[in-house]
Amino acid sequence: MLLIPCPWCGPRPENEFRHGGEAHVVRPVDPRCVSDAEWADFLYNRTNPKGIHAERWRHIHGCGRFFNCIRDTVTDRIVTTSK
Amino acid sequence: MTQPYRTASGGRILRDRPVHFSFDGKQFVGHQGDTLASALLAHGVHLVGRSFKYHRPRGIMSAGSEEPNALVTIDRGDGRVTPNQRATTVELYDGLTARAQNAWPSVRFDLGAVAGVLSPVLSAGFYYKTFMWPASFWQRVYEPAIRAAAGLGRAPAAPDPDRYLHHYAHCDVLVIGAGPAGLAAAAAATARGDRVILCDEQAEPGGSLLSRPDTRIDGLPASEWIAAALDDRMTVLTRTTAFGWYPDNMIALAERVTDHLARPNANLPRERLWLVRAKRVVIAAGAIERPAVFPGNDRPGIMLADAAATYLHRYGVLPGQRIVVSTSHDSAWRTAFALASAGSSIAAILDRRDAVDPALCEQARAAGIPVHIGTRITGTGGRRRVRFARIDTGPRIIRCDTVLMSDGWTPSVHLFSQSRGKLRFDPGSGTFLPGPSAAPEQSAGACAGIFDLAACLAEGHRAGGGDPRAFVVSGEFRFGTPVPPSPGRPHGKAFVDFQNDVSTKDLAIATGEGFRAIEHVKRYTTAGMATDQGKTANVNALATVAALTGQPIPEIGLTTFRPPYTPVSFGTFAGAARGDLFDPIRRTPIDDQDAVFEDVGNWKRAHYFPRPGETMHQAAARECRAVRDDLGLFDASTLGKIEVVGPDAAEFLNRMYTGDFARLEPGRCKYGLLLGEDGFIRDDGVIARLAPDRFHVTTTTGGAAGVLHQMEDYLQTEFPSSRVWLTSTTEQWAVIALQGPRAADALTPLLDGIDLTTMPHMSVREGQFAGVPTRLFRVSFTGELGFEINLPANYARAAWDLLRETGATRYGTETMHVLRAEKGFIVVGQETDGTVIPDDLGLSRTIARGKPDFVGKRSLSRSDMLRDDRKQLVGLLADVVLEEGAQLTDTGAVSLGHVTSAYHSVALNRPIALALLSGGRSRIGTKLHVPLSSGFVTVTVTDPTFYDPTGERMTQRIIGKPARTGSVAARRERMSQPITGSPARAGTVAAAVGQPALRLVVASYAPPPTPFCDGVNLTLAPTTGKFSIRTRQPIASTLCAATSDGHTALWLGPDEYLVFSDDPPRIAADSIVDVSHRTVGLRVNGPRAAWCLNAFCALDLDTIPETGCTRTLFGKAEIILWRLSESAFHIETARSFAPYIWALLEEARREFLPPPAVC
Ligand SMILES: [Zn+2]
Repeated sequence: MLLIPCPWCGPRPENEFRHGGEAHVVRPVDPRCVSDAEWADFLYNRTNPKGIHAERWRHIHGCGRFFNCIRDTVTDRIVTTSK
Repeated sequence: MTQPYRTASGGRILRDRPVHFSFDGKQFVGHQGDTLASALLAHGVHLVGRSFKYHRPRGIMSAGSEEPNALVTIDRGDGRVTPNQRATTVELYDGLTARAQNAWPSVRFDLGAVAGVLSPVLSAGFYYKTFMWPASFWQRVYEPAIRAAAGLGRAPAAPDPDRYLHHYAHCDVLVIGAGPAGLAAAAAATARGDRVILCDEQAEPGGSLLSRPDTRIDGLPASEWIAAALDDRMTVLTRTTAFGWYPDNMIALAERVTDHLARPNANLPRERLWLVRAKRVVIAAGAIERPAVFPGNDRPGIMLADAAATYLHRYGVLPGQRIVVSTSHDSAWRTAFALASAGSSIAAILDRRDAVDPALCEQARAAGIPVHIGTRITGTGGRRRVRFARIDTGPRIIRCDTVLMSDGWTPSVHLFSQSRGKLRFDPGSGTFLPGPSAAPEQSAGACAGIFDLAACLAEGHRAGGGDPRAFVVSGEFRFGTPVPPSPGRPHGKAFVDFQNDVSTKDLAIATGEGFRAIEHVKRYTTAGMATDQGKTANVNALATVAALTGQPIPEIGLTTFRPPYTPVSFGTFAGAARGDLFDPIRRTPIDDQDAVFEDVGNWKRAHYFPRPGETMHQAAARECRAVRDDLGLFDASTLGKIEVVGPDAAEFLNRMYTGDFARLEPGRCKYGLLLGEDGFIRDDGVIARLAPDRFHVTTTTGGAAGVLHQMEDYLQTEFPSSRVWLTSTTEQWAVIALQGPRAADALTPLLDGIDLTTMPHMSVREGQFAGVPTRLFRVSFTGELGFEINLPANYARAAWDLLRETGATRYGTETMHVLRAEKGFIVVGQETDGTVIPDDLGLSRTIARGKPDFVGKRSLSRSDMLRDDRKQLVGLLADVVLEEGAQLTDTGAVSLGHVTSAYHSVALNRPIALALLSGGRSRIGTKLHVPLSSGFVTVTVTDPTFYDPTGERMTQRIIGKPARTGSVAARRERMSQPITGSPARAGTVAAAVGQPALRLVVASYAPPPTPFCDGVNLTLAPTTGKFSIRTRQPIASTLCAATSDGHTALWLGPDEYLVFSDDPPRIAADSIVDVSHRTVGLRVNGPRAAWCLNAFCALDLDTIPETGCTRTLFGKAEIILWRLSESAFHIETARSFAPYIWALLEEARREFLPPPAVC
């Protein structure tokens, strides 16, 4: 069970958290103005890197806040988290 | 009863404490402190089992958990039959009953031994080759036959009656192994003030020192040094195996709490799984002696040399009368001398090294022991016990009854490897040693390849954090210079893996067939894949494959070390999560026990209310008629509810849901569909606007948590500047649906401040129901005139009983489903499956035109969403009730869709169904075919609305009759009658919701009786009002509670607080929501309170100060944990989780209750 440092609550056991997918996936400001391909890219395409991955977690069974997290997908080590 | 092989004195057994036990039906006696193995050896019993594949007689090979051969079944009665226990680790207790395994009719005369005759055809790969064809024979013939002949003990058939617990622990230093290195490390760390947990798989600390009584450390005899190293400040766990290393230094330990006791206290768990989060770990796991590989190395009477030393020094047992010692190591010489002076005859010492310390040879000569240097065993003889050894020099045949073998030591690097540390190959010893660490850990002692006792102690001391120092030792047990493992030549009886019957010949077959990598050889031959995970086998297998292929060992690779280090019972992993405690069982505040219940998620929902003798269909038919013709009463409390508050609330809901909520008038409701960004339906519900800045959103029963999560996601990350706050109110409000033509007439006399004649369909009013606050919805999921009465949960049961006096018929979810299907109303998760968009269900009208954006809108214009062959919701008429999930076809070849709901409609008096059908709306009126298990059925496609298609029944205007005040008063008088049987607790809850409860009885959570004990006790917290407060102004500091102005505020998040206050708190806040009925407060008091909480709570409670508070998980339920003092905690839990939390706490504290009387 990972120990995840919540920026608000400090290190907490993984089961208090819910993964929120890749971070910095920006929802188009006006979805009406994007093409089908661009919209599909927003919906479905993710970087899925081997190594450093910026992702979102939510401390759902704690303070309830979403936060950003840098995790190494090779070692499963969390490098840092931020509000 | 004499124990012919027991020495006259010595050992750590209690010689004045005889212990009676039976093995394979025969009675024996041993001593307190014996293992099953040592007690059997004291009687000269070596033969204890038959091997896995060839049914070869097998004896006791080791004295520890690495034992591959001596597997037995321990029988403690029904459900307590445990197979595959190693006799070397089973502690003796009075009445112990053990049986040999894998032998019939007995271990001495085993008919299965015929497999040994067949062994030439059962060699490596025989499964793959022999049983290839025909394929159908595999399941029917080969596998059952193989399973019957080969295999290990049988699993018990009865349920396990024992209890198991988990325990979360935190420490600065976890020391694994309480041998000399581990003890030194634990003592050094404790001296520094670290929180230390020291664990060891044996019954007492000491490790190898227990087998070396003559050793002195710092002038103290070993036993006294061990006692001095232990400290009250340490947590010392014996009989506890560290079996797995998980991310971020979480180490799993299996503690065997009661297996060594003749009459265990039934309140104790049998085993406890410790989940230890350690800042640092010292691995002091020791090393395992390696067997020598020679033909016939598996006969009973052949054992590891160091095991013999342990049996002699620790248990006072001689392994035999005439002993051959075969070694490549100095330590076996010492054992030989000790056995000789204890009374055994040493027939010979064979050492395969070319040169040996002359002092050893001199000592042997003085003791009259023949010595053969540069010699190894080439074979053995004897049927059920070794009778002679054949050697490659000298006399050729040496008669004996025991062979002690030692071919060096294999450091136990399992946990180091699991921690992702990199192993390095040490050519000198021919073994793998810990290399660079990947986690905050350090290996010390023999597991790091250090065999010198003084060096082990110094290294352990340093690993524990002590300043470098030297230890003075004497009487030491020297090991000598290690030599690499020696591979045997291919021979069918030269065993490498004893438990899986893998010989050097099997390895030669594998390499001969082209396997090179050890992971492939392992799987082809099964070497190292038995329950001992090859502890004694792997290095010998590697060395053999290296020699066969001419490769150096590091190039062959190393098999992966995986948890568990030794077998762990299923009970240990399950812990308390069995039966009723497996998952929370959530019950509504109404929970009418006249119902038959069904599981919906974790909820128990009333399925139907049978009268005596009624089937479900009869009951549902009666309930359906009652709702259509008269009046029905339904418990809808499980509906999810979210209070959306703030000036931007309408705009926020506009962005979330498909409909237009900006233009929804206060007092009105609207049906809403929630999509994902992909356009597919996630949830639906009715949304009511209570005020310009306050909405009451309902969700599906199963969707509540997910909807709140999705909303929070957008609120926190997409629209962070929105002034909107969300509060879950699912359990604050109970919901009673009153549905049917008589609903308004029945409800009117019970209301104050609400005029039903002004309530159109889809409207909401706040007022009083029987004197308590209500949010009254005029909504209908049945197609009839109807209401959903939201009441603070503690009043719900009394209100339910009151409403029954109107003559309403109670109905359950079965009837609800029939009625809504007659109306063509969808259920998310039944008519939707994650690929359904609003138009597919004919719900395009719920999408507000002109809204520039909402979640999922853009996806609805993708080309795939506009295809006219998308599956669309239709109705089906058939002559039989269809099966949900059945396929629809026209020609029989291609599926055009599937049935989503199918019922017998009472209103139509015929079967109906809803279905998703490709291009369905254009097929209305056509006939299709549905394959059922009974054959094809022809159906007619129809509109999905079967009943009252214009909806006039549910939308009709309510014509008022003036209410007579007298009747209201009379009603209220009746309400005041206490309702017998329901747990009634009057309290100040009523005050908290703003209006006094005039009549209705308050029913909060009533826990079962709880016996007092000294360790920890449970009580209900005093009743108080509770308010969810959202404000950016800090009213309590992070993760703390603060009391002021008559209220206590608990910090839950950066802008979120739970406030306990009898009156609505006067706090300037963005959102205040009364949640007085949502949760229940429990108190856990006593010196062992923290210990009990850690059975289900993974937090380090030492880091939570007094007044500290946080949301967290307890088992599988969310709680708010608030520390009141060192020994007192407050738990705030959603009311439906309270019975689960209470039961878990009772389970955790049970070990502190007085032991139950033994019957
Ligand atoms: Zn947090």
